[in-house]
Amino acid sequence: MDTKHLKQQVAYVRKSLFDQGYLDDQFMQLEDLQDDANPNFVEEIVSSFYSDSARLIHNIEQALARRPVDFSKLDDYMHQFKGSSSSIGAKKVKMECSQFREYCCAGNIEGCIRTFQQLKQEHATLRRKLEAYFQLVRQTGQGETS
Amino acid sequence: MNLTNGKGSMSTASSSAAWRAGDVVPDQFPAGLRVLVVDDDPTCLMILEKMLRTCLYEVTKCNRAETALSLLRENKNGYDIVISDVHMPDMDGFKLLEHIGLEMDLPVIMMSADDGKSVVMKGVTHGACDYLIKPVRIEALKNIWQHVVRKKRNEWKDLEQSGSVEEGDRQPKQSEEADYSSSANEGNWRNSKKRKDEEEDAEERDDTSTLKKPRVVWSVELHQQFVAAVNQLGIDKAVPKKILELMNVPGLTRENVASHLQKYRLYLRRLSGVSQHQNNLTNSFINPQEASYGPLSSLNGLDLQTLAATGQLPAQSLATLQAAGLGRSAVKSRMPMPIVDQRNLFSFENPKLRFGEGQQQISSSKPMNFLHGIPTTMEPKQLANLHHSAQSLGGMNMQVNAHGGQGGQGDSLLMQMSQSQSRGQILNETTGSHVPTLPSSIGQPVLPNAVVGGVLARNGLAENGRGTGYIQVSQSSSMLNFPLNSPAELSGNSFPLGSAPGISSLTSKGTFQEEVNSEIKGSVGFMPSYDIFSDLNNHKSHDWELHNVGMTFNASHQANSLQSNLDVGSSVLSHQGFSSSQRTGQNRNISAVGKPIFTAGDATDHVNANNVGPLNTFFDNSVRVKSEIVPDANCDTNIFSEQFGQEDLMSALLKQQQGGVAPAENEFDFDGYPLDNIPV
Repeated sequence: MDTKHLKQQVAYVRKSLFDQGYLDDQFMQLEDLQDDANPNFVEEIVSSFYSDSARLIHNIEQALARRPVDFSKLDDYMHQFKGSSSSIGAKKVKMECSQFREYCCAGNIEGCIRTFQQLKQEHATLRRKLEAYFQLVRQTGQGETS
Repeated sequence: MNLTNGKGSMSTASSSAAWRAGDVVPDQFPAGLRVLVVDDDPTCLMILEKMLRTCLYEVTKCNRAETALSLLRENKNGYDIVISDVHMPDMDGFKLLEHIGLEMDLPVIMMSADDGKSVVMKGVTHGACDYLIKPVRIEALKNIWQHVVRKKRNEWKDLEQSGSVEEGDRQPKQSEEADYSSSANEGNWRNSKKRKDEEEDAEERDDTSTLKKPRVVWSVELHQQFVAAVNQLGIDKAVPKKILELMNVPGLTRENVASHLQKYRLYLRRLSGVSQHQNNLTNSFINPQEASYGPLSSLNGLDLQTLAATGQLPAQSLATLQAAGLGRSAVKSRMPMPIVDQRNLFSFENPKLRFGEGQQQISSSKPMNFLHGIPTTMEPKQLANLHHSAQSLGGMNMQVNAHGGQGGQGDSLLMQMSQSQSRGQILNETTGSHVPTLPSSIGQPVLPNAVVGGVLARNGLAENGRGTGYIQVSQSSSMLNFPLNSPAELSGNSFPLGSAPGISSLTSKGTFQEEVNSEIKGSVGFMPSYDIFSDLNNHKSHDWELHNVGMTFNASHQANSLQSNLDVGSSVLSHQGFSSSQRTGQNRNISAVGKPIFTAGDATDHVNANNVGPLNTFFDNSVRVKSEIVPDANCDTNIFSEQFGQEDLMSALLKQQQGGVAPAENEFDFDGYPLDNIPV
C-alpha cells in the first residue's frame, strides 16, 4: 500500500473513532502533545492506560464479588477509572463509568454489575480499535520512511 | 514515576534572577517554572508531565503525596508551584494541600475528575489557588504561572508594608517596603496592594533604601484626623475635598485624601463583610480604655488607627480586635484564612506580643511569640489576627504601651504586649497592651489579633530604626486596616491563602487589604525578636521563588496548627524564642506577632485555627519577608496543628498564659515564610 493510501486510511479510521463516539476531544489533546521528541506519545499513553486499568478492573471485580458490597470503595475505584479513561479521551468507557457510579450511589448492585459488564466490553472494544489504528499509523510511518 | 527534579535549581537561577521586582518577571518566564505534579494515576501523570513540558515548565512527577512532601521539604525552594490530585491512596489531596501551604507556602492547584461543588469548595477553603477538572487540557496549564506571580506579589507587598526595607535583596520590594518602613511612610497606606503596588514598584524599585519621592505618610495621627473628619461628615458624605478641609493639614492634597479614602472605604467594606459591626467598632475605638469590643470590623480599621493615633492603641486595638474578634466569631470561616495567610503574620512572631491570654497582666514573660504564626489562640481568631496585625501596625506608632492600664483584662494583654516590647522588641508594649484589652472584653481572641497587630506594629516601631519605622508610621494606619482587613486581605493579597478558607470576609481584597497585609507584614518585620525569619530570610535571596525566606514555614505551620486549638500563647512563646534569636534584622517575622495575639484572651483555649489565620498575616507582614509568607495553600491551620507539635505549642501557650512565657522557640520556625527580605 502506498503511503498516500495508508494515510487516507489512517485519517478515515481516526475520524470514525470520533464519529462513533469512542474517542473525544481529549484524545486530540494527546495527539497535539505528540512531537518529534515523543513520536509515539499517544500510543504510549494508551498502553499505560490499559495496563493500569487492568488492575482497576480486577479490583472492581473483586469488590463486586464481595458480600456485603462496599459501595464507597466501588465508587472510589470507579472514580479513578473515570479519571483515567477521561484523560485519554475514552468517551464510551467514561460514560459507562458515570453510569456505574450512579448505580453505586443508589446502592443498586445489579445495576452496578450490569454496567460493569458493559464497561468491560467498551473497554475491550476500544482497545482493539486503537491497536488497529496504531498499527496502521506505524505502517504509514514506515511507509513514509522507506 | 520518575522524579526528575532536575533543573530546578538551574531554572531557579535563571528565572529567579529575573524575578526580582514583584512585578517584573524574567523574560523567559513563565518558561522554567518549576512544577511538582502529584497524581497516583500513572497515565494522568504522564500526560500532565508532557503537557507541562510543552508549556516549557520544569516538571517533577510524583505518584505519592508522601514522596511529594519529602521532595518539597528537602528542597524548599526547589519548586514554584504544586499540582496535585484530590484522590490519592496514601494521603488525601487536601491534606497535602494544607501541608504544603503551611510548610512551604507554595501555590497549590488541585485537580480531580470530580467537579462537584462541594469538592471544589473544599479546595477553596483549604487554600488551593486553583482547581482543575480532569481531564486537564493544556490550555488550563498554560496559565498556572499566574498563581506564582500573584503569590510573590502578595508577599512582596507584605514585606514592604512591614517595613523591613533594608534588605538588599529585596530591592524591588524594598522600594515598596521602604514605603512602609521608612518613617516617611510614603503613603503606604495606599501603597499596597492594588495598583499601588505597581506604582510603587515602579517608583520604588530603584530606591533601595528610602522612598524616593516624598509621599504622604499616613501616620497614626494623620489617619486619626482623617477618620475623625470622615466620621464627622458621615462615611457616605465624606468627600475628599471636605475631608481635606476638615483635616486642615498643610501639605496634604486632595489626591492624597482621595486615595486614602478609597482604601479606607474598602477597608470598611471588608470589615462589614466580616463582622457587620463596623459602627460598633468605631465607638469602641474612641474609648481605648473601654476597649469595647464592639464589632470588630469597624474596629479593625478604625481602632487601629485611632489607637495608633492616640497612642491608646492598645485599648483600641483591643477593641478592634474584639470587634474583629466578635465579628469574627461569627465569621468563623475567616479564621482559616488568617491562619493561612497568617502565616505571614506569624512569621512576625512578635516576640513581644505576648498576648498572654488576655488576662494576664502583661507578664512580660509572655512573648509575643504568640503571633508566631499560630494564631490559634484567637478565636475570632482571624479577625483578631487581623486586628492584631493591624494593631501591631498601629501599635507601632502607638507605642502605647501605656495601655497597660487599660481595661482590666484587655490590658493585661496589652500590657503583656507592652512588656514584650520592653523586651526590646519593637513590639513593645504597645502591642502588648493592645492585646490585653481585647481579650478581656471580647473574650475572644479578638485581641490576639489586635495584639498581634499591635505587636506587629510595635515591632515595626521598634524597627523604625530600619526603615524608619515604616511600620510604625504607615503601619499604624495600615495596621489598623489590616486587622480588619487582614483576614480578608490576608487571604487575598498578601496571603496567598488562595482561598482563604475561613476568611470569608477577607475576600474583599481591596486596597486596604493589601495594605494591611503588607503593612502587617512589614511591621512585623521589625520585631527584632523575631529574627527567626530574618535569619531565614537573610540567606535567602528572594528570587522569585516563593518561599525564599528562610522562614521555615514549619514553624509557621506549627503556629498555625497550634492555633487550631491553642492558644496563641504557645505560639507566642515560640515566637519569642525565635525573635530573640533571630534578630537578623528585619525579619522579625512576626513570629511573635502572630501568636501573641491569639493568646490574648484565649490563649489557652481555643486558638483554633481561626486565630491562626489572622495572625499569620500579621506575621508575614512584619516580616519583611519578601517571600511569601502567606501560607497560601492551605488555610487550614487546623490541620496543621496535628502535624506540628501542637502539644509543644500548646504547652508553650499555656505557659505563656500562666505568665511565664515559655518560648516555644523553635517550634515555630517559620520555615515557610519566605522572609528573606527581612532585614536582618
